Amino acid sequence: MATTTVKTETFVGKRIRRREDPRLITGTATYVEDIQMPGMHYAVIVRSPHAAARIRSINTKQAEAAPGVVSVFTGKDTKGVGAVPCGIVMPDLRVPPHTILATDRVYFVGHPVAVVVARDRYLARDAADLIEVDYEVLPAVADPEKALAKGAPAVHPQWPDNVAFTYHQDGGNIDKAFAEADVVVKQRITSQRLVPMAMETRGVVAEWRGADRQLNLYTSTQIPHLVRTLVAGMLGLEENRMRVIAPEVGGGFGSKLNVYAEEALMGYVSMKIHKPVKWIESRRENFTCTIHGRGHVDYYEVAAKRDGTILGIKLKLIQDVGAYHQLLTPLIPQLSVLMMPGIYNTQNIRADIVGVFTNCVPTDAYRGAGRPEATHGIERMVDLLAAELKMDPAEIRFKNFVTKDNFPYPTATGLTYDSGDYAAPLKKALDLVGYVKLRQEQADLRKQGKYMGIGISTYGEICAIGPSPATPAGGWESATVKIEPSGKVTIMTGACPHGQGEETTFAQIAADELGVGLDDILVIRGDTAVVQYGIGTFGSRATAVGGTALYYALQDLKAKIIKFGAMLLESEDVSLVGGQVIDNKSGKSKAFQEIAGAAYRALKLPPNTEPGLMATRFWEPPNFTFPFGAHIVVSDIDNETGQIKIRRYVAVDDCGNILNPLIVDGQVHGGVAQGLGQALWEQAVYDDNGQLITGELMDYAVPRAHLMPWIESHHTCTPSPVNPLGVKGVGEAGTIGCSPAVVNSVVDALSPLGVKHIDMPLTPEKIWKILATKH
Amino acid sequence: MNINLTINGKSYSQDVEPRLLLIHFLRDVAGLTGTHTGCETSLCGACTVELNGKAIKSCSMFAVQANGADIVTIEGLATDGKLDPMQEAFWNEHGLQCGFCTPGMIMASKQILDRNPSPTEDEIRHGLEGNVCRCTGYQHIVNAVKAAAAGAGK
Repeated sequence: MATTTVKTETFVGKRIRRREDPRLITGTATYVEDIQMPGMHYAVIVRSPHAAARIRSINTKQAEAAPGVVSVFTGKDTKGVGAVPCGIVMPDLRVPPHTILATDRVYFVGHPVAVVVARDRYLARDAADLIEVDYEVLPAVADPEKALAKGAPAVHPQWPDNVAFTYHQDGGNIDKAFAEADVVVKQRITSQRLVPMAMETRGVVAEWRGADRQLNLYTSTQIPHLVRTLVAGMLGLEENRMRVIAPEVGGGFGSKLNVYAEEALMGYVSMKIHKPVKWIESRRENFTCTIHGRGHVDYYEVAAKRDGTILGIKLKLIQDVGAYHQLLTPLIPQLSVLMMPGIYNTQNIRADIVGVFTNCVPTDAYRGAGRPEATHGIERMVDLLAAELKMDPAEIRFKNFVTKDNFPYPTATGLTYDSGDYAAPLKKALDLVGYVKLRQEQADLRKQGKYMGIGISTYGEICAIGPSPATPAGGWESATVKIEPSGKVTIMTGACPHGQGEETTFAQIAADELGVGLDDILVIRGDTAVVQYGIGTFGSRATAVGGTALYYALQDLKAKIIKFGAMLLESEDVSLVGGQVIDNKSGKSKAFQEIAGAAYRALKLPPNTEPGLMATRFWEPPNFTFPFGAHIVVSDIDNETGQIKIRRYVAVDDCGNILNPLIVDGQVHGGVAQGLGQALWEQAVYDDNGQLITGELMDYAVPRAHLMPWIESHHTCTPSPVNPLGVKGVGEAGTIGCSPAVVNSVVDALSPLGVKHIDMPLTPEKIWKILATKH
Repeated sequence: MNINLTINGKSYSQDVEPRLLLIHFLRDVAGLTGTHTGCETSLCGACTVELNGKAIKSCSMFAVQANGADIVTIEGLATDGKLDPMQEAFWNEHGLQCGFCTPGMIMASKQILDRNPSPTEDEIRHGLEGNVCRCTGYQHIVNAVKAAAAGAGK
């Protein structure tokens, strides 16, 4: 019984490089497209080139006779497959039947019409060109406001007004607030449609093992368990006969938080041809057929006192739904409403949402999912109010913040903000950027005819999604921890990280709790045959919810380890420290490894204790978490070209406790890049016929390295009381905080020209036109 | 058509269809799936490999055009289990998240230093213009290239 040295090194809070990286930097990771199987076939999907058309006929004869082709399926064949699911239930929600292949009509460009299966990907593509579809082209509508106008083409003939759903929410006494106001500012603000554009497109490999009645589905998804439940249902397959594997997933950003027609379609095809089948989405398909984000037209009104006190906020929100509801489509604008007061102390709100069908691909969750739109709205409105009252935009924010002694804070929209100190990040950001000096410089530059702007955004967001009553599929998360007989630790998380780094951060949590090394721990995710039921990775939830499930599973195991250690040490006064159980009196110890061995060997057991060391927890969060922060953008406008040069980007984010600052920095940078993409460059543009004219990377401007400013990322830390880790979530913060800071900066720069608002994206053309007419 | 080429030091002699893209030769024929297809239109850079010492986009070239060429892919960088300094730098600096753009990004980054061993931040960013990353906002990638350059200069 040797007394060994106690391990004192801890890992939580340190900049630890990621444990998932070796396979990714050596090209040895396995994404869906990398999977090869004996006898595997390839599927290519024939899609509608029209936004609205009746299908008169489909001729598949030539394709069926083409070299290498084994099968062609159309909507007639797949009628028995269940509809693509909408997971949202709400009164008067109109849910059009969403078959996996079109039957008699197509509703958007890219609508799947037929699938060609061949032994080779090139032959499948050749044959797809031989399918003749006779379309009767119908009038289409691609703009949600035009779709609401009288006489607009009906996307779905059964609902001529194109209204997909409506939603109303009142909080406090909005009429009184507006009656008492000294000033009311109004603005129409859009949040344009965006393409999530994960670097890995979607892809599916389906492998039907008929003799076992088993369908293995490899799919690039953020939610493998939910895909299993829902796709099994669509295919009429028992859930336990289906295994869903999310192998390496090359980015999602919400676009893979869904159940897609192609997932069920590939399952159907494999079950028909009794061979494995692979479908890999092309980039063009990714643009036209994977969900888009945003798509808002918002009409805001803010009532205030002359001293800047906000009294109430009204919002009329028009949500571009697209042709169908995908999994969460109608929920997304409701998240905007929840977030509409931002971090300001007003108890009076009124919101009306109208969801509108258009002949476009559906919108759904994209990084931030409703919260960037809401933050953009309120942060623009606060600046408009400040301009109206001739107040400083920082001053008006300090005046209206919920103060730090007011937590937990019930909002007018029915949330309870967990903890916060909203002034702290703004103060810090103002100091970092040198606000007072910048305002002086701005005044000097204006005298020289130069336009420099300072834009502030102080955001709050809803993370750790979320308590089950507030979510459509359960908002808990699960974790299993197994300590193997050798003392090595295996963690199975129900979350499905795909770049967020939980193979590292979860190992950090476990290493510190158990007192073992990082190398002793393996984190497994993304396979429904291995991992207990889980919800997935989205809504900045994996660490705050899944990490907490892990934390509690670890507490269960620690208690059991202590029991076994006490038994082996024949002492009742023991503690678990640094990977060993120590007798507090004698100082004698038992190493973790020896205890694990004894728990499995089970020669002797502590009272009322079973052999083995394994614990599973499903943790139900009592509340969301509410991170917050302040982003400040300093921009210089080029008068000749309309180019916006971002001189400084200062981000001060408060995401509660930080487990790994390196990973948190990466999340902030990536989030800001997507926010900047929306603010400056990105826009999914449909023409009046419903053609996506930004349907490739050539036409859709994602941020590239030379366009990105240096992001100065800083933090304040207000731990969340919602979970024992004190974490809040950070995956979406950058995106949510960013876009209003950029637009506020540019509007501030151009304010001497009378500019009050510019809708995104702030392309050089748009800015140049403003300068050309007003300068 | 029969083509002969060398990939990561290994010789390949193969009959291929003239229309077969080099990316598909690498992935499907040679079984080197570390090189990724991101767009098939040369716009994203995920398929970047080194061909006769130059970084090229393997989705925009036919395999037959690579006849006689010497190609290095991401799988060819680490030798005897020792990572290339650029791989090590991407790891240390958290220059990747989902990892899908990473092989192409590392190949492009190596090319930047091949052409200019001590690039400025601006030169690094312009050197990466042809490679899209949707996760990192590029900042940690820029740091990785800087770190690799600094390491090589020691």
